[in-house]
Amino acid sequence: MASSSSTGDAALLSTEGLTKSFGSFKACDGIDLSIAGGEIHALLGENGAGKSTLVKMLFGVLEPSAGAIRWRGDPVAIRSPAAARRTGIGMVFQHFSLFEALTVAENIALSLDDAVPIERIAKEAARLSREYGLPLDPNAHVADLSVGERQRIEIVRTLLQKPELIILDEPTSVLTPQEADRLFETLEQLRGEGRAILYISHRLEEVRRICDRATVLRHGKVTGACDPRRETVGSLAGMMVGGEVEGIADSGLSPGEAVLVETRALSVPAQTPFSISLEDVTLAVRSGEILAIAGVAGNGQSELFDVLSGETLVADAAAVRIDGRDAGRLSISARRLLGAGFVPEERNGHGAVGSLALSQNVMLSRHASDSRAYLAGGPVRMLKEGSVRETARRIVAAMDVRKSGEDPQASSLSGGNLQKFIVGRELDRKPRVLVVNQPTWGVDAGAAARIRQALIERAREGAAVLVISQDLDEIFEIATRIAVISGGRLSKAEPSATMTRERIGRLMGGIQGVDEGTELADAS
Amino acid sequence: MNLFLAMLPTIMTAATPLLLAAVGELVVERSGVLNLGVEGMMIIGAVTAFAGAQATGSPYAGMVCGILAGAAFSLLFGFLTLTLVANQVATGLSLTILGLGLSGMIGDSFVGTPGIQMGALPIPGLAEIPVVGPILFSHDLIFYLSILLVIAVHWFLFRTRTGLELRSIGDNHDSAHALGMGVIRVRYLAVMFGGACAGLAGAQLSLVYTPQWTENMTAGRGWIALALVVFASWRPVWVLVGAYLFGAVSIGQFNAQAFGFGIPSQFLSSMPYLATVVVLVLISRNRRLTLMNTPACLGKPFVPDR
Repeated sequence: MASSSSTGDAALLSTEGLTKSFGSFKACDGIDLSIAGGEIHALLGENGAGKSTLVKMLFGVLEPSAGAIRWRGDPVAIRSPAAARRTGIGMVFQHFSLFEALTVAENIALSLDDAVPIERIAKEAARLSREYGLPLDPNAHVADLSVGERQRIEIVRTLLQKPELIILDEPTSVLTPQEADRLFETLEQLRGEGRAILYISHRLEEVRRICDRATVLRHGKVTGACDPRRETVGSLAGMMVGGEVEGIADSGLSPGEAVLVETRALSVPAQTPFSISLEDVTLAVRSGEILAIAGVAGNGQSELFDVLSGETLVADAAAVRIDGRDAGRLSISARRLLGAGFVPEERNGHGAVGSLALSQNVMLSRHASDSRAYLAGGPVRMLKEGSVRETARRIVAAMDVRKSGEDPQASSLSGGNLQKFIVGRELDRKPRVLVVNQPTWGVDAGAAARIRQALIERAREGAAVLVISQDLDEIFEIATRIAVISGGRLSKAEPSATMTRERIGRLMGGIQGVDEGTELADAS
Repeated sequence: MNLFLAMLPTIMTAATPLLLAAVGELVVERSGVLNLGVEGMMIIGAVTAFAGAQATGSPYAGMVCGILAGAAFSLLFGFLTLTLVANQVATGLSLTILGLGLSGMIGDSFVGTPGIQMGALPIPGLAEIPVVGPILFSHDLIFYLSILLVIAVHWFLFRTRTGLELRSIGDNHDSAHALGMGVIRVRYLAVMFGGACAGLAGAQLSLVYTPQWTENMTAGRGWIALALVVFASWRPVWVLVGAYLFGAVSIGQFNAQAFGFGIPSQFLSSMPYLATVVVLVLISRNRRLTLMNTPACLGKPFVPDR
């Protein structure tokens, strides 16, 4: 078990000048960090600031290029995750390292070094999950579990190794507010046992609430260390981005009357064992408004997007209507011809092809809808390279896409810039209907602000904009009305002025989830 | 019924090479590697086993030569796809083409040479049981090995820790790597196991089924084995069912041709393929079960970021 007395100054883990270079690029540059037992230490930074690279080095997934790691004052070389676990470091990954086809117990067994019989692991896991309030069924298949339950597996399997330092990478990004509260209780219990927690997040409210100390990274360097409880969200954000974040102009949208996109009692069975079935989804977006759909990942968002965009066709053509026309059985191109634009969640491989130039990526979504502008020669369908490039230039200018070279490969752009380009590609057509899934997922604050602003402008020009997002801050910033998706069902949309976070949280958990929560609270 | 009983031993002999090659490939694919070179490894095993038996006079020494040659040949595939991260599909296809060509060259002088047949090894006691004894317990060593191998592979995959690791690597190699498993090492071993099984399957052809060497004597069995693995949803027991079904219909249609029912022989020749595909498609109709058993990383290159 963890030594409980080391809550003082003695550092459990410290790094000196820790550096990781990929070629000439330094993802981490001379990082000094020290974490003591019995504290929750926050690691703050924007996407690409070097947080993940740093913890990967601490956990032995990446080899440091220079610098030293000390454990209880002694230098250690952590060459593999197994070595990290032997040292006493456990990690809960942001993207879970779970095996979908295996059971909970099998998944847990795999992360233990000793070959313990599965039955013993199942028992031990059940005991730990009770003790820390993390309910789990050891015989369930991971593919059938919610994201919150999957995270519990990760935590339980980390705890089974009795680590003294636990690293959590963006743990709440996939949780409902209620699930997050439960996680915080677990973390406080662990801190009480004298264990150290390295907590990576860019949710500043959370960090202020539960963390004792914070280290801020920017461009691979430590730019600040503070006691987050004495800081404001604004000052923490300032340290992260190195300047004030540009605020969004008040949306002040006034919706019109015409319903431009709607679904009526839309039900779609699950397409694979890993997907969600949509049940009785009814929504309507009017011209000049932004309807935001909140929800925890994996509750039917991608399925709903696929049905709206035409990647999944529905039997009842009238269940999906675009601009007053039955569209349920129309192809993606036909829907674009009706004046709709779509931005999928995955930018790499779905929204854009990394190995193609930006101008060629323009053609991917517009070959049919703008064939007159870009294709010549009738049936030969020759590309008019000049006008395609011109469009790419126009998008780059409109969305302030930072790139190198005249017409670079899409993969050479950073995530935020590529996302700006993909959103801009649709906006450039001035669509009357715009459906966007996770518009700012994994995008830095500057790019996110630019994208949100562009969505608001499009709505102000009379388009119906439907945004599917997991980011509640974003939703409250841009939405005129908010609906919540949970288990493939969509709640009734309510004006964002009267919607609260608590209410969204309850809707996210669904009625069932709330019952489960109270039961547990009673039991413990 | 009597006719069927008479055909049974032949059916088993016809099914054994498919079963061996398919079970080996199943382990390879469960680890996330797609080796399309089964046909090539099999024919290399066949020619080496024949040569080994000729040189030593012992079919058992020949069998060992076939196993080792199959494993060694698969190592070439392993080096190209696992160490050099070449495309698995292209490499597997080249392996087949290389194996067919190479075996033709090696075996050139063996054409027409009478082979050494591996005799039956009746199991004392069991072989005397009426009806069942002669059918199940009076076979050659390779037949017994093939059945034991199915049981062993099933037990290994679903009852042992190492088997669990192998399945997890096929399901998600990045996670497996993050947990500290040796993805590349396990895949090398799986590929070599697959090569050894294909080599043994080839040895069965040139030492038991038709004890001689003819060029291209595997006649597409490697491809059938590959298809069996997929249609059996990567489950060893269903590979056994598929292999025996294929064997049964092949032998059955030979007899039907002999009787001459007035059915075009081309149609009868295609029956084993049709029947196997139909039955296995029906088996794998449960999409959920299929997806649960499909190695999600199948054919995907693995490059650890380090």
